[in-house]
Amino acid sequence: MPGFLDPERYDLLAAFGVTVRLALWSAAGALVWGTVLAALRVSPVPLMRTFGTVYVNVVRNIPLAVIIVGMSLGLHQTMGVALGGGTAKDTGFRLAALGLAGYTATFVCESLRSGINSVPVGQAEAARALGLGFRQVLTLVVLPQAFRTVVTPLATVLMSLTKNTTVASTIGVAEASLLMKEMIENESDAIFAVFAVFALGFVCLTLPTALVLGRVSRRVAVRR
Amino acid sequence: MSAPYGGPPVLYDEPGPRARRRHRLAGLAFLAVLALAAWWVLETMGERHQLDAEKWRPFVEDARVWTAFLLPGLRTTVEAAALATVLALPLGALLGVALLAERRWIRAPTAALVDLGRAVPVLMLMLLCNEAYAQLRDIDPDSRPLYAVVTGLVIFNGAVVAEIFRAGVLALPSGQRDAARAVGMRGTQTMAYVLLPQAVTAMLPALTSQMVVIVKDTALGGEMLAFGELLHQVRLISANYGANTIACLTVVALLFVALNLLLTTLAARIESRARHGRKSTGAVVTRTPDQT
Repeated sequence: MPGFLDPERYDLLAAFGVTVRLALWSAAGALVWGTVLAALRVSPVPLMRTFGTVYVNVVRNIPLAVIIVGMSLGLHQTMGVALGGGTAKDTGFRLAALGLAGYTATFVCESLRSGINSVPVGQAEAARALGLGFRQVLTLVVLPQAFRTVVTPLATVLMSLTKNTTVASTIGVAEASLLMKEMIENESDAIFAVFAVFALGFVCLTLPTALVLGRVSRRVAVRR
Repeated sequence: MSAPYGGPPVLYDEPGPRARRRHRLAGLAFLAVLALAAWWVLETMGERHQLDAEKWRPFVEDARVWTAFLLPGLRTTVEAAALATVLALPLGALLGVALLAERRWIRAPTAALVDLGRAVPVLMLMLLCNEAYAQLRDIDPDSRPLYAVVTGLVIFNGAVVAEIFRAGVLALPSGQRDAARAVGMRGTQTMAYVLLPQAVTAMLPALTSQMVVIVKDTALGGEMLAFGELLHQVRLISANYGANTIACLTVVALLFVALNLLLTTLAARIESRARHGRKSTGAVVTRTPDQT
């Protein structure tokens, strides 16, 4: 076994643990915020639609690195937002998760919106004929079907999110890529071996997501 | 289901007088929430002296902020993105053709390679390239970040472009391949003379939107490898112009948004031409497999 795999020297599992936790928290945030954004973009209130459109088109065109650095340099260090305080490590983690969620939500929103567009018009018309209002049409009839059609695109978004957690290393969150940076600087004779280990780690994280969500997608698909 | 813009709304009834009043109230409540958020942001910025005129004025009055920092940063960003695009296209085309090969022993390893290239975070590729160049190649340390950033981007986007190529060829009507076969073309000829030229038109929109991803990913090098692109300038400017971090971040973010909106508009125009042009098959690939 090569020396760099010694858990005493480098705690690989802890680093990947941070990556997984970061991915899970920001995925939860992105799914919730992305759904809200999608609802805003199809709502009958013009101001809400405008806000949703502007938010999505601005935020998804800003590089994630700018957002994450902005979270740390701007929101935290300049504006003094600590998100509940605690150690610098915890704050960095929360700032990164917030940035990742706000950024990924735009992609969740766009997938969901195409899902909403793929629901046949008759579904909403039937719901309205029964006297349901906008909120009921959306939450009881349209969104449940939209979610079932966009499982595969959402899986792609979540896999990108998992890879994007590496950007958190720019503000010093101790996730996998920061450890890799340290390791390839120290273990200069084994940089490709170190990289292979980390690449394998990411394949192990994203591949099961693709397989599981692929099965889920087939199981929940709406038959038409 | 049609979008709520244009045409009658689908998700809600045409609003009557009462519904319109309700919508107006909801709009006002939403406006109040937005105003509250904006007030908090401005209040905090005011407290921390981020609204002071001298923090924002340099961007309008001092030409040196632009000539010494922002424009060189923008140029480096565009250079790296253009270089990465130009190099990723042929690599992706080659891999894409290999993905469509009739022989399994070409197709299967390529597919594995492409999947691997897309599964690894770009940032990790850049870090590896940076270290590998430092050890194995005799590159001037000043230009090493550019090499590392471009190489990382080319590896990742080569794999993505390969997928776009494959999707572009598969999106063509099957009659094209059949017709080429019917006039006696072989597999390679069919690909080179019939399928690829048409597939290029079909995938131009997807390729253009992938360029947005490339532009955004150059910013990774700015933070981790001290690559002198746009984001890297934030720290330099705020060090020189009195800690105007928020102003710098805002300007840099807006520059990125403007650049990317330009590319998106271009993609939309190309897409509508590809869809409706008389010479095209109408086949279009719009989805980029990796929106990071």
